[in-house]
Amino acid sequence: MSYLSIHNLSARLKGRPDQILRRVSLEVAAGEVRGLVGESGAGKSMIGKAILGTLPHAVEITSGQILLDGTDLLALPPAQRRALVGSKCALIPQDPLTALNPSRRIGPQITNRLVDILRWSRADAEKRARELLAEVQIPDPERVMRSYPHELSGGMRQRILIASAFAAEPKLIIADEPTTALDVTVQKQILKLIAAMQARHGTALLFVTHDLGVVSKVCQSLSVLYAGIVLEDSTIPDFFHAPKHPYSRALLAATPKYTDPDGSLTPVPDAVIAATRAEVAAADRSAHV
Amino acid sequence: MSDIYPAKLYQIDNLRLSLADMTQKPLIGAAPRLEILKGLSFDIPKGEILGIVGGSGSGKSTLGRALVRLLEPSSGTIKFDGQDITHLPETVLRPLRRRFQMIFQDPMSSLNPRHRVGQIIAAPLKLHGISNPKQCALEALDHVGLPRKFAARYPHELSGGQRQRIGIARAIALKPEFILADEIVSGLDVSSQAQVLNLLETLVKDLGLTLAFISHDLSVIRRLCTRILVLHQGQIVENAATAELFANPQAAYTRELLDSIPLPDPNQIWT
Amino acid sequence: MLDGRSAIKRKLPARLVLSATWLILLTLAAIAAPLIAPKDPLAQDLFLGQLPPFWVQGHEPGYLLGTDSLGRDVLSRILYGARLALTVALTAGTITCIIGATMGLLAGFLRGWVDVLISRAIDIWMAFPPVLFSILLIAVLGPGLSSIIIAIVVIDWTRFARVIRAEAMTQGAMDYVASAQVAGRSRISTMFTEILPNVLPTIVVLLTLEMGISIIVEAILSFVNLSISTDDPTWGGMIAEGRTSIHQAWWVLVFPLATLFLTVLSFSQLGEGLKDRFDPVLR
Repeated sequence: MSYLSIHNLSARLKGRPDQILRRVSLEVAAGEVRGLVGESGAGKSMIGKAILGTLPHAVEITSGQILLDGTDLLALPPAQRRALVGSKCALIPQDPLTALNPSRRIGPQITNRLVDILRWSRADAEKRARELLAEVQIPDPERVMRSYPHELSGGMRQRILIASAFAAEPKLIIADEPTTALDVTVQKQILKLIAAMQARHGTALLFVTHDLGVVSKVCQSLSVLYAGIVLEDSTIPDFFHAPKHPYSRALLAATPKYTDPDGSLTPVPDAVIAATRAEVAAADRSAHV
Repeated sequence: MSDIYPAKLYQIDNLRLSLADMTQKPLIGAAPRLEILKGLSFDIPKGEILGIVGGSGSGKSTLGRALVRLLEPSSGTIKFDGQDITHLPETVLRPLRRRFQMIFQDPMSSLNPRHRVGQIIAAPLKLHGISNPKQCALEALDHVGLPRKFAARYPHELSGGQRQRIGIARAIALKPEFILADEIVSGLDVSSQAQVLNLLETLVKDLGLTLAFISHDLSVIRRLCTRILVLHQGQIVENAATAELFANPQAAYTRELLDSIPLPDPNQIWT
Repeated sequence: MLDGRSAIKRKLPARLVLSATWLILLTLAAIAAPLIAPKDPLAQDLFLGQLPPFWVQGHEPGYLLGTDSLGRDVLSRILYGARLALTVALTAGTITCIIGATMGLLAGFLRGWVDVLISRAIDIWMAFPPVLFSILLIAVLGPGLSSIIIAIVVIDWTRFARVIRAEAMTQGAMDYVASAQVAGRSRISTMFTEILPNVLPTIVVLLTLEMGISIIVEAILSFVNLSISTDDPTWGGMIAEGRTSIHQAWWVLVFPLATLFLTVLSFSQLGEGLKDRFDPVLR
């Protein structure tokens, strides 16, 4: 059975008719890495935020269920929900520059959650933090724990955030565009690190990204999102060899690939966009009937 | 001479540029200088599309801003069409500026949010005393494939790809000889990215432009550029024709860059 | 999808409507004070001292809001007081705004030695205690309308300069400024065509705020008897007089105070309302 399963999740801006998510359903099995792919505005980050309960105030969930290990998060009172999500889920954020508090040392930023929320002893938490920093290949963890964020490079900070995400052995990690702000050479190291950590800890991973290249490196399956609708749900080999939806095919064709002899780029054809929009509109109509 | 060699639009010789490092500034006294460009020499022949590639901190954007003289180099020379522009004061540069234009990375910050699109495109034309700026602005919109009614809109009313087209329209409206494009597709979705790149390619051909295209992404550059300059920590590590660079990268850093690009292909195995 | 955004009509914010209405009525009343004031604001009649407002037992017809201890009509005095208050608000506010915003723009956008000079001046200026400073100024200049205005401008220009400087610095780092340079625009021209429209909403908010503050400052100076000649009615002067008879005649204090409060509030709300309504950048 799936560890995370989302059923018909719909969300919209408060007081506005336009939907952000339209009856989204997706499953992440225990230990599975699923990519969540789409262009900006497709709602991919919103799904991550809906699971973690960090949606912006202007967004409201109108219907659906988010089952985490069989428990519907949306039916829980806020305090219980926070406790459950806090112990079972973690986030690897997009921007390593703003995700760490600039005025606090690295050590406490990793251990605080373990000590304050999960009631670990300080010594245990610090020991754990040191182990994790070594595991994400940070040289001299002792020194790094005493550093401030601005003393470290972007790649280092992203490693720290990854260590921090795995600290409490969560069952599900949501990675929200974790390498978008990094150089390609650093991106490669970070992606390899995430894949290795995931395999070692057996954590389920929901990997939100706009980059099909990145998806093909770390994920086992993916969901393609457009305007809040899941257009396609495939395994990685199936998707890259025979994408089912015309929009997926167009997206793949538009992704630059330097190994192509002419390096050609085909924009997503207007006809495909129009057909996909019509599909969205039809789904809206059938939802209202 | 021009029979044997194509005419050089830009000649850059031993270009150095350092900026004050304000993070290291002592309480009293001047901040230490941080050398960003460490002696670059290269040419840009007329009609070439030069790709400038590098990671963050490679100095690619600084080089770009020096080429259009938004920054003044510390030493070395930049010759534009035979004229030394390295240290020209702003007042002397001003009439020349029409000939080298720039398209910026972030169209949201490079388009004044309180001016309408028509005004944004027409303003540089007025400055250079071009007759009928409004008409020229509308034609520039045609060129970049946007409807003329967009002239009355504000930038925030447009999508990212449309905004970047406005940036292109503003640059080409002046009919420059050279355009610097600084990471202009890095903020866009792949679909609009392909559109903008294709548009740029057509414009370069139609208008006979020389283009320098700065990017961190080699796969984006392959299609567009004829020649590629790879920068690493303020130095040129490779300067080669595009086909050659992809077929047979010489510098270790170029190879590392190529190896790091995640191909949309599950069969690519990363070591 | 994006096409709809520009078409959305922004409705007039309630605070803009309310504050503008109050200020327009007040301005019209101030201009027309000689025509509409029921009594001569200076005429004393000790037999009619401390008459209550019209709904209280013992009032006298014709004295709508009652009289003060010297028998002067409160309503008429408030109307004449509005003339002074609004004159001070408009002139002092505008001059402060022009001087302060110009300094801030120059310092924030041109940077370099201009910025050093202006910023140091601001730092030194702000170290003076403002109330003491203004009292000192008036003492030197002598009481009078122009002295009040000069005192307000001299003290408050730093408020504009600091905020506008910070704003101009942020805007100056944006690429559209670099873009104007690439297009061949001069620095000063860039300041007016690119930076100014972007700091204008802030300037408008500060300006209306400053108008309210000017009224308060004028009232404070009148309260300590440092405003114009003591005969002319001022809101601050009325409040000072009303304070002494608060137990016998509350209306002498309450009506000018309420007028002052509503006017200052209206000015600050006017600025925010204007920004909400007319800034082309939707927030």
